Amino acid sequence: MFQNLIDFLLNDFFITGDPLILGAQVSIGLSMVAVVFALTYFKKWRWLWTEWLTTVDHKRIGIMYIIASILMLFRGGVDALLMRVQLAVPQVEFLHADHYNAIFTTHGVIMILFMAMPLMFGLFNIVVPLQIGARDVAYPFLNSLSFWMFFFGAMLFNVSFVIGGSPDAGWLAYPPLSELSGSPGLGQDFYIWGIQISGIGSLATGINFVVTILKMRAPGMKLMKMPMFVWSVLSSCITIMFAFPILTVTLFLLFIDRYFGAHFFTLDGGGNPMMYINLIWMWGHPEVYIVILPAFGIFSEIVSAFSKKKLFGYKSMVFALMSISFFSFFTWAHHFFTMGSGANVNAFFAVTTMLIAIPTGVKVFNWLFTMFRGKLTFPTPMLWTIAFIPCFVVGGMTGVMLSVAPADFQFHNSYFLIAHFHQVLIGGVVFGYFAGLYYWWPKMFGFKLHEGLGKWAFWLWNIGFYVCFMPQYALGLMGMTRRFNEYNFDMGWQPLNVVSTVGAFIMGLAFLFQVWQIAHSIKFYKKEPTGDSWDGRTLEWSIPSPAPLYNFARVPVVDSEDAWWEEKQRLANGGKPKPLAPLEPIHMPKNSAIPFLISVSFFVMGFGFVWDWKWMIIPGAIGVAICMLARSFSYDTDYYIPVDEIERTEAALGGTK
Amino acid sequence: MRRYIRVLTPLLIMLMAVLLSGCGEQYLVLDPKGPIGESQKDLIYITTILCLVIVVPVLILTGYIVWRYRDKKGNNAPYQPNWNHSTKLEIIWWSIPIVIIAILAIVTAKYTYELEPSKPIASAKAPITIEVTSLDWKWLFTYPEEGISTVNYLQIPEGTPIQFRLTSDTAMNSFWIPQLGGQIYTMSGMAMTLYLQADEIGNYYGSGANFTGEHFAQMTFNVKTTSEDDYKAWVQEVKTTAPALTQEGFEKLTEPSVETVQSFSSFPEGLFQKVVMQYIGEGGSAHHHGGSTAAEEDTNMDHDMDMSDTDMKDMDGMDMNHDQETSTNQHSH
Amino acid sequence: MAQAVTGHDKHGHGGHGHHDEHHEHEHESLKTFGFWMFLITDIILFGTLFATFIVLRFSTDGGPTAAEMFKMPGVIAETFILLTSSFTSGIAVLQMHRGNKKGLIGWLAVTAVLGLAFIYLEVSEFIELVHEGVTIGTSAYWSAFFTLVGTHGLHVSVGIVWMTALIIQLARRGITPVTQRKVNIISLYWHFLDVVWIFVLTIVYLMGVM
Repeated sequence: MFQNLIDFLLNDFFITGDPLILGAQVSIGLSMVAVVFALTYFKKWRWLWTEWLTTVDHKRIGIMYIIASILMLFRGGVDALLMRVQLAVPQVEFLHADHYNAIFTTHGVIMILFMAMPLMFGLFNIVVPLQIGARDVAYPFLNSLSFWMFFFGAMLFNVSFVIGGSPDAGWLAYPPLSELSGSPGLGQDFYIWGIQISGIGSLATGINFVVTILKMRAPGMKLMKMPMFVWSVLSSCITIMFAFPILTVTLFLLFIDRYFGAHFFTLDGGGNPMMYINLIWMWGHPEVYIVILPAFGIFSEIVSAFSKKKLFGYKSMVFALMSISFFSFFTWAHHFFTMGSGANVNAFFAVTTMLIAIPTGVKVFNWLFTMFRGKLTFPTPMLWTIAFIPCFVVGGMTGVMLSVAPADFQFHNSYFLIAHFHQVLIGGVVFGYFAGLYYWWPKMFGFKLHEGLGKWAFWLWNIGFYVCFMPQYALGLMGMTRRFNEYNFDMGWQPLNVVSTVGAFIMGLAFLFQVWQIAHSIKFYKKEPTGDSWDGRTLEWSIPSPAPLYNFARVPVVDSEDAWWEEKQRLANGGKPKPLAPLEPIHMPKNSAIPFLISVSFFVMGFGFVWDWKWMIIPGAIGVAICMLARSFSYDTDYYIPVDEIERTEAALGGTK
Repeated sequence: MRRYIRVLTPLLIMLMAVLLSGCGEQYLVLDPKGPIGESQKDLIYITTILCLVIVVPVLILTGYIVWRYRDKKGNNAPYQPNWNHSTKLEIIWWSIPIVIIAILAIVTAKYTYELEPSKPIASAKAPITIEVTSLDWKWLFTYPEEGISTVNYLQIPEGTPIQFRLTSDTAMNSFWIPQLGGQIYTMSGMAMTLYLQADEIGNYYGSGANFTGEHFAQMTFNVKTTSEDDYKAWVQEVKTTAPALTQEGFEKLTEPSVETVQSFSSFPEGLFQKVVMQYIGEGGSAHHHGGSTAAEEDTNMDHDMDMSDTDMKDMDGMDMNHDQETSTNQHSH
Repeated sequence: MAQAVTGHDKHGHGGHGHHDEHHEHEHESLKTFGFWMFLITDIILFGTLFATFIVLRFSTDGGPTAAEMFKMPGVIAETFILLTSSFTSGIAVLQMHRGNKKGLIGWLAVTAVLGLAFIYLEVSEFIELVHEGVTIGTSAYWSAFFTLVGTHGLHVSVGIVWMTALIIQLARRGITPVTQRKVNIISLYWHFLDVVWIFVLTIVYLMGVM
């Protein structure tokens, strides 16, 4: 009996026999022990539970999102470097084929769903309520639930690396390869449940922020007076609301195929694999706009702040954002022009795809003309913004080239495509979120990140990026297709692959510089003297850094899109400070353990489904149900912060307003 | 900042020069050997130029603005903090991309119809049909007219259009010979059509461009293009010297494995058709797999257009479309 | 500014003073608005399932077809029951507006019981199909059928549990702004499921036997 258990653990449960994975297992084990030890030694368990795990404060949830996404960036980045090593020296067989396949699959999933999405949600959480003058998001409880669903979904996905086996059917898992017939292992089940659980969290976040933005704005902030970042979040979240249910259904159907033997996407029984590919891209294409739109918002904020000038063409910008999110739903078939959809369909989707270039191009012009006749300074957030423009313009241009359907027959699945989407995703999304992270960092933590190290990281990232991805365009034209783990030396692909790998390592080095930068800035902590670190324009800069629990002691009244800037201008021109309204008690949500517990239950249930262990599925499902009922029956969910406490807090913070 | 830009710009330009100057033999896509690949290369150049018309000025403008309006002592560039709107300017930069995209859209639409893969290539010569089946992890090519078949190797005569009919035994792959022209997916239960032609004698690289599992990277093949006489001689040679591909032999090939180049003097009757139809039930009602007639598809399509309760009607319609064009071929048998 | 600030009651549901009620009202209407947003996503969810069903509607792989298997009397009974339950949930809301707690609870209970009857009929239909040899794995058509109809059934089941929980809360707390909002939301949800069922009836059953 005991021997059976040991056999099971060594043969099926844990992945054994690969030195890389063994290393990962050991280091995961050690770091878990270290964390537990540290928490116990410093008596921090209670602190962790009450201040973080059960918090419903959007600022803390945002910080947790960001920490998780940086960890995921590390994992996805290591995956990328492993792939690049293999491709630089394919003769060595550094990675075995199935290991390589697992790694490109997890790299894709992690970078999009567990790095870009949470980093984006982290910024939403930290910035949106502060920019619209709200005390929290519309549904703080749901917000916490979203985070924990994401977190445990990501954990479920990541655990497959050391337990049960990684998915290896590509990041979108096309059937029939991802069906039981093509992927009998557990990896694909981890994929389904990991993404499904975190996807529910994303959907909830989408709803939450749409309502927050529509209903929670400070008095006077009409829609057309919202900061551009808030607009971009709105367009992104509306896209989430319409796209994510499709993902939920698609993964659900794949699960039913694999678990109950249904025939949605199977080869036999009348199944239709093409339907999966349509469905997954009906989510997948809007998904890339979901992550890029907020980056556009961030650039708009930063370009205006560091040009000391109003954002140019506000109405055009809003219209562009909204039309991009609308058109993003009508382009999905450009991912499979080569599936013989016929000339009518291909021509239609080629043109809809190109149409997106129009509003995007307009946005670029508006950013440029925001800088035009401005006064430009170049701290790190602005550097990332300026580096973004050429990178994204070129990436967008290759995107338009790919959208030309007959030409795409030659680009499809080649490294040209790989180079294109990395250029828009790194040059657009990653640069954008980095810019946002540097920009709002002082608002989150009350200190700035070290500028010198930040500039090193910036230049290394940029040089590494071009060295890595420009050769990949060439490789695509040389006929190299994606997902090859090896190639023949005669093809002449090796020199450029080596160059590309060097570039990837430069980006890896750049990441280390950022880690160093954060560590250095914490060590030499220098408190920001005011809450207005960058001479900002929007409401978040009008309150202390980090913001107090209730954000605004008095709800601000807004009359322009640069409310804080206008107020500062008015005061500088001899205007009188507005009389302060008397403080009143502030209504706040109470912390709750339920989101954490529901998500743990979901994790247990998902893990049970992966292994088909009823004894885990049933308790997991019951746990979910009990938590939901417990929430339905709890009425004591909020409280008031009394006036004297607000007064004390404000006095301690220096009462900046 | 300035210093970095000065260093970086020439570096980037050099990098691009290195990448682009080598538009020689290695750049398979830019060195086509057939009419389809040739047109696609032209199209790539046209679209690149059209894009550059707008991209290059934007890049220059970016550099100029960043340089001109930097906040530096002695920089007396104008500063207008509240200038945030100009209808005239905005109309200009809404129109520029609209014009470029309109031109591009017209070019694209024209080429899309011209280069539709299932459209026969105009030629005095009758096309040769080759059936392509992607297996895990090898390519099986059957020549129905010659009655021979090969694995991981193609030989074709120069100057003759080739009608490829493609399917897959399992997961979907993509059949790509960059120097002859663009790729097309091979999908189980469907027969796709792709016309290509080689105008020069030579050896061309071919590959499976879509991931199909563990050893898909091994699914490369050589396309040897010879004169028509040499091609006939080769067919004759295979017919007389190579072994036959039996049903068992084929079933053995369908098992996951990596194979070297092989040739066979014959293959089981209707093999390709059987592979296409293997997953389609007795009733043949699986219309989405291309098992029904084109007329039926038309009525189905009308149905779908009525079902406009979701945004997915396009998908359905598209699926139909796809079948329409492949099923016609299939049913001519 | 004033609307975001409330009275001094620490727990917020005492109902003293004008400010407090106003605030609570706003808080609850926010949740109702969010529920509408959720319904939009649920519409997309069902829309996707309907679309897959439509794509696969002839994919019976030579096996049994809908026309051979469907027994319309049961389906019509289900429809009748669900439509009635939608009506009774409407009456419950009317009773709530009249402040009649007993009527409210009673009609909600009737609604839940009708929902249970619906689920009972649906499950029996499924069991009968399985006995006759038609399962989710029979063909793509039946996969789509069981998934679409089953997802609707699952929604109804969740609704029943939720309604039961709400009945208990109403019995304990009476009609307050919070419970009132909850009743409104579940009634919205129930009507929504009714509308979805009409589509199921039309697209799955009626078009299936036609």
